[in-house]
Amino acid sequence: MTIEAGELTEIEQDALAEIANMGVSRAASSLRQMVGKEVLLSVPSVKIVTREAASKLVERENAKKLVAVQQSFEGPFAGKALLIFPEAQSLELVRSIVGDQHTLEDVIDLEQEALAETGNIILNGCLATIANVLNRTMRMSLPSIVRGDGAVLFEVQEPASREQFVLFLYIDFNIKTRDVHGFIALLMDLPSIAALKAIVNDFISTIEKQPSGHVG
Amino acid sequence: MQYKVLIVDDSKLARMVMASAFRRIRPEWTLVETANADEALVAVSEGMVDIALIDFNMPGIDGLELVANIRTSHPNMPLAVVSANVQNEIVGRARELNAGFIPKPLTDEGLAAFLSGAALRLKKLAT
Repeated sequence: MTIEAGELTEIEQDALAEIANMGVSRAASSLRQMVGKEVLLSVPSVKIVTREAASKLVERENAKKLVAVQQSFEGPFAGKALLIFPEAQSLELVRSIVGDQHTLEDVIDLEQEALAETGNIILNGCLATIANVLNRTMRMSLPSIVRGDGAVLFEVQEPASREQFVLFLYIDFNIKTRDVHGFIALLMDLPSIAALKAIVNDFISTIEKQPSGHVG
Repeated sequence: MQYKVLIVDDSKLARMVMASAFRRIRPEWTLVETANADEALVAVSEGMVDIALIDFNMPGIDGLELVANIRTSHPNMPLAVVSANVQNEIVGRARELNAGFIPKPLTDEGLAAFLSGAALRLKKLAT
């Protein structure tokens, strides 16, 4: 787990990375069911960074043209979950889900719908696991598709927004034997981080105290 | 019979969750915690371990590599991979190494089932 300190204590960062890891790992398992190939995951990173820095991180090894399926979530804390990959690989991802027998035309026709559905399954799986672990309810928006560079994805339009700090959790994934790689990322605004800290601390103290019943 | 159990996980939280479950299920067993594979191998080689529970997604050597490594010197030690990554390939590789698989988020039932099997196996080996 790679961590850059912000306002989070060591155990809070640890807890967030572990909880995100569980969410993403479960989500990757759903993706594996859809594509029929193993999905390889990196170790998760948790950082508190500006929106601009987050946007640069997703561009790192990728082409600048990205496509993302995003869903907003709301509850005790709010933010956005995104499934991101280079635009050039979007059709390959769709093909790995619908099968190789389809023509390029079919795949192009299906692209939007297939991406939204894939994103929906993966991101819901991720957020549902996180919500269950923390024993909270989260409402999720419908998936939408965004195309552009990191700045577009993370809404870095104005200087004020660019400088805004966010909690950025991300994990790289690769579909084995397919040329598809991408990120699953969670982005949360700072007011949400305060709420999240309280919930995480609640969770940690439950583990320490709990004599019986279930934890995590 | 009381056993010594090694918990390997890079997340302190995950180790706390595991230790908390042990306090409910097997409070009398001894726990040894390590945060990575290298420390785990030291603990195993020093004979401090009867059973090991190993996280999959760790920096450096991952959980399955660690299981494979321990297997070469301890063919009968009860081992389990603990992960939310429930992909067929991961579960399958654990099976091939004669290791169990315990899904995260951890439940008392999931852990208890593995530990009962492990205790039986160790008892059999001792007789």
